[in-house]
Amino acid sequence: MSEYLVNLKVNNIPVSVKEGTSILDAAKKLNFNIPTLCNHPDLSVAGNCRVCVVEVKGARLLAASCATPVSEGMEVSTNSEKVRTARKHVIELLLSEHNADCTKCFKNGNCELQDLASEYRVGDHVFIDLVKAKDKILDISSPSITKDDSKCIRCQRCVRTCEELQAVGALAVVKKGDHQRISTFLNKPLDEVVCTNCGQCINRCPTGSLTERTYLDEVWNAINDPSKHVVVQTAPAVRIGLGEDLGYDPGERVTGKMVAALRHIGFDSVLDTDFTADLTIMEEGTELLTRLKRALVDGEKVALPMMTSCSPGWIKFQEHMFPDLLDNLSTCKSPQQMFGALAKTYYARKKGIDPKNMVSVSIMPCTAKKFECVRPEMRDSGYQDVDYVLTTRELAMMVKQAGIDFMKLEDEKYDSIMGNSTGAAVIFGATGGVMEAALRTAYEIVTGREVPFTNLKIMPVRGFEGIKEAKIMIKGVKPEWGFLEGAELSVAIAHGLSNANELMKAVRTGKVNYHFIEVMGCPGGCLGGGGQPIPTSPDIRQKRADAIYSEDEGLPLRKSHENPEVAQIYKDFLGEPLGHKSHDLLHTHYKPRKRY
Amino acid sequence: MENKTLKKIDLIFADYTSSKYKVLEKVLEKTPDEIINEIIDSGLKGRGGAGFPTGLKWKFTKNEDNPVKYVICNADEGEPGTFKDREILERVFRKVLSGMATCGYAIGAKEGYIYLRGEYLYLVPELEKEIEYFDEFAKKLNLDFRIFLRMGSGAYICGEESALFESMEGKRGEPRNKPPYPTVSGYNQCPTVINNVETFATVQIICKIGSEEFKKLGTSDSRGSKLFSVSGDTPTPGIYELELGMPLTDFVDNYGDGDTKAVQVGGASGFCVPRKHLKDTIIGFEGIPTGGSMMIFNSSRSMYNVLHDYLEFFNEESCGQCTPCRVGCQQLLKGIESVKKGERKPQYLDELKKLASTMKIAAKCGLGQSVANPFNSIVDNFREEIIY
Ligand SMILES: Cc1cc2nc3c(=O)[nH]c(=O)nc-3n(C[C@H](O)[C@H](O)[C@H](O)COP(=O)(O)O)c2cc1C
Ligand code: SF4
Ligand code: SF4
Ligand code: SF4
Ligand code: SF4
Ligand code: FES
Repeated sequence: MSEYLVNLKVNNIPVSVKEGTSILDAAKKLNFNIPTLCNHPDLSVAGNCRVCVVEVKGARLLAASCATPVSEGMEVSTNSEKVRTARKHVIELLLSEHNADCTKCFKNGNCELQDLASEYRVGDHVFIDLVKAKDKILDISSPSITKDDSKCIRCQRCVRTCEELQAVGALAVVKKGDHQRISTFLNKPLDEVVCTNCGQCINRCPTGSLTERTYLDEVWNAINDPSKHVVVQTAPAVRIGLGEDLGYDPGERVTGKMVAALRHIGFDSVLDTDFTADLTIMEEGTELLTRLKRALVDGEKVALPMMTSCSPGWIKFQEHMFPDLLDNLSTCKSPQQMFGALAKTYYARKKGIDPKNMVSVSIMPCTAKKFECVRPEMRDSGYQDVDYVLTTRELAMMVKQAGIDFMKLEDEKYDSIMGNSTGAAVIFGATGGVMEAALRTAYEIVTGREVPFTNLKIMPVRGFEGIKEAKIMIKGVKPEWGFLEGAELSVAIAHGLSNANELMKAVRTGKVNYHFIEVMGCPGGCLGGGGQPIPTSPDIRQKRADAIYSEDEGLPLRKSHENPEVAQIYKDFLGEPLGHKSHDLLHTHYKPRKRY
Repeated sequence: MENKTLKKIDLIFADYTSSKYKVLEKVLEKTPDEIINEIIDSGLKGRGGAGFPTGLKWKFTKNEDNPVKYVICNADEGEPGTFKDREILERVFRKVLSGMATCGYAIGAKEGYIYLRGEYLYLVPELEKEIEYFDEFAKKLNLDFRIFLRMGSGAYICGEESALFESMEGKRGEPRNKPPYPTVSGYNQCPTVINNVETFATVQIICKIGSEEFKKLGTSDSRGSKLFSVSGDTPTPGIYELELGMPLTDFVDNYGDGDTKAVQVGGASGFCVPRKHLKDTIIGFEGIPTGGSMMIFNSSRSMYNVLHDYLEFFNEESCGQCTPCRVGCQQLLKGIESVKKGERKPQYLDELKKLASTMKIAAKCGLGQSVANPFNSIVDNFREEIIY
């Protein structure tokens, strides 16, 4: 965008903005809000809903303010009679095509269409109800995503999300005119197409058309069943997102209150995925060092760069799109699934609970984890390792349903022996976090010294740049790691699948040479996960990231290998990283999937 | 008002008098600016319907600072009742190629494309033969301009210029936001001149007879002559080249069957003119412009059915992306049905007219914006037929 300033008037008030600015943003600068539906800060401009139209003096047509750049001398009116009439028509038209059963809708209370309808008080049914005449197409095939066409306003945010941010293209516009709708390749159900279950489309759907497949009832039933011991784990990014759905501004850390709320709700053991995040670092760090040793010392052909495997959306993406690179994926399960396998073995045994009566629930910022927990490989405890996955949003609903005044809760602590964690685990929730945690530990294992970064903050791997790179010189190693002396460890980090896609193309063609790659399926990492509070935007994600890093800095332990409960589980149960037990419970394999 | 009467003209289909591409050869002796000024001076406006001044379009494109530019000939001819472009392609295709090459030379484009309506597939062998010949000729003239054929897929919306670019780029044919206009960002986001088949043929004619001669035809707002596709209740359906600016009465006197009730000028997206307004309606940009479609209805026709057909057409052919058009078309159709059935009061038609007026200013592209033309003109003039 150029630096050249354009002068215009909005509702008779002069304003100067940079050339290329939309009328919408120029108006916003003057604190005039124009309603929008198809527009989203993460996506390209569509200009299709037409709810944002404004009047430009001298123009025959109204202008879609989101899609029209300002020009010199322009005189814009955002609230003229023409504008109000058109806007009301647009809302009425959308509603005439919409199955507006708000009271039964999952998005009731957090729906952009509902907000608009309430703002404009479109009450009397001006136009003919078109819903009745149409087939209500409901797709509940996916364990993660529910798609209800009768709630769709065709804004195409989901299509743009899937294509632009995720490079998946599972959703597409099909047919035209009154038959136009959002569908999949050959109209197949979502669980039969390339959809990675990342849920990014849900985060940007303004209505209840795309929502997570909810398991609230199942979880409440388990809690209410006295014969069941219900354990719950909470992912790193939940604690910095949950507050947004419970009255806080973005960026509030609510870890202690969340733990208290989970107890109030009635979970029998309140545990932390962060514990298995630390464990992941032990396993994955060791796996990386082993791969490097086999490559450098034993001259074996091992798959390098090694790639992280904590993000199930990313895993499914890789299985569909880059099946030739599956060996590069770390064999480590995601922290959720490590947790599940240990809950029904280690935890059950230690606490004297029959795993048969244990129900394992996880609270995730993620919808792909709902799919992951039903993968047939994920039953190493002898049972389904994780029974139900709820999103951050679903947990907020539980809190409200339980009548808990969240803001007034006193902080509480997780239960032991799978509830302790370090700052290294917390930062798993941000892009670059796994890398940073792994480096903190691996560097220290190899050299016996802390990573050479002030206050353990490895800045080159932080931030929201699409693909980040870093190099770390390894010097002064311990004798047993002599082969790494003077080596330069080269790493890369991608977040959001379209960035991952670019990085993988470069890896596949040999254009780049890394040892280790971290990929998170969602923009910003888990903090921007498909199960996080809605709305999302670069601003909101930045605030969540800030919260994550300050949570890390505030913790007494910030390196995974220092987690005492991790040390204990190796001593009491697992033996050593990559040992037999680990192999059985904590590692997995992948399978190629077709693209079409 | 300049008083014109109906006058048949024979320029577009006139035989080639000189050797092949003689006109083009001569044009290339001029500078690009000279050519553009000549076209501007001729007052030629686009023959595809919207009527943008052709010379200006070329000038804007020429002035863009981009090494890659394109010339595109819109041969999608999807407007109901229009069938003149096909005739041009069949009979005087060379004039179109000549016009495109003139444009390419004038704006500095090296490639031209003809986006051909899917149904015109049968024309391809002939067209390709002529294009091959053109290529050789261009080489001889040292003209760095090649022409390619692209097939459309049968969607009406793909005739809209920006949807056409999307379609050519292999994407779903959905209109883009404007601005930017094609002259700045068209095919492959490069500056592009897109003109109708007839516009390019007319360029060749202007180059041949000169703008002074061309300007003698038509009115100050509507220079020259153009082709009309005459259909409906007429004893003489067909394609006629007529001077612009005639009153509609003249037209009906010549082509009607003596019992004309109304004329739909400009196809489904045009205006319906009832008998009582024929006299004071001029065919041209000062009156009612048309891409050429003239549908004549006599007293045996139900205007309800006519409107119903048009609305069904728009319902099907709307790309569906924008709310006013996608849902508005459905509401207009369902609306007149329910008034007809007595489910809604006749006054509901006024609500629908307001809706159509919103569509006219709030829809994203020309399709949705023009539905109000037939809707309001038919409802206003034939209200009883819609209600009872
Ligand atoms: C829905 C729609 C369909 C159109 N179809 C055609 C078409 O088939 N042929 C055509 O030349 N122009 C068509 N147009 C107009 C084009 O968008 C464009 O204005 C025209 O090709 C420009 O050429 P001209 O200036 O020579 O008329 C259509 C416009 C709309 C909105
Ligand atoms: S999507 Fe929104 S407007 Fe529609 S039913 Fe749900 S809450 Fe109501
Ligand atoms: S869940 Fe992700 S991959 Fe699946 S359709 Fe939505 S955005 Fe695309
Ligand atoms: S599913 Fe949601 S995001 Fe996608 S087009 Fe429909 S309303 Fe928009
Ligand atoms: S006006 Fe109609 S055809 Fe044009 S973009 Fe909107 S929906 Fe598509
Ligand atoms: S928000 Fe501008 S057109 Fe949808």
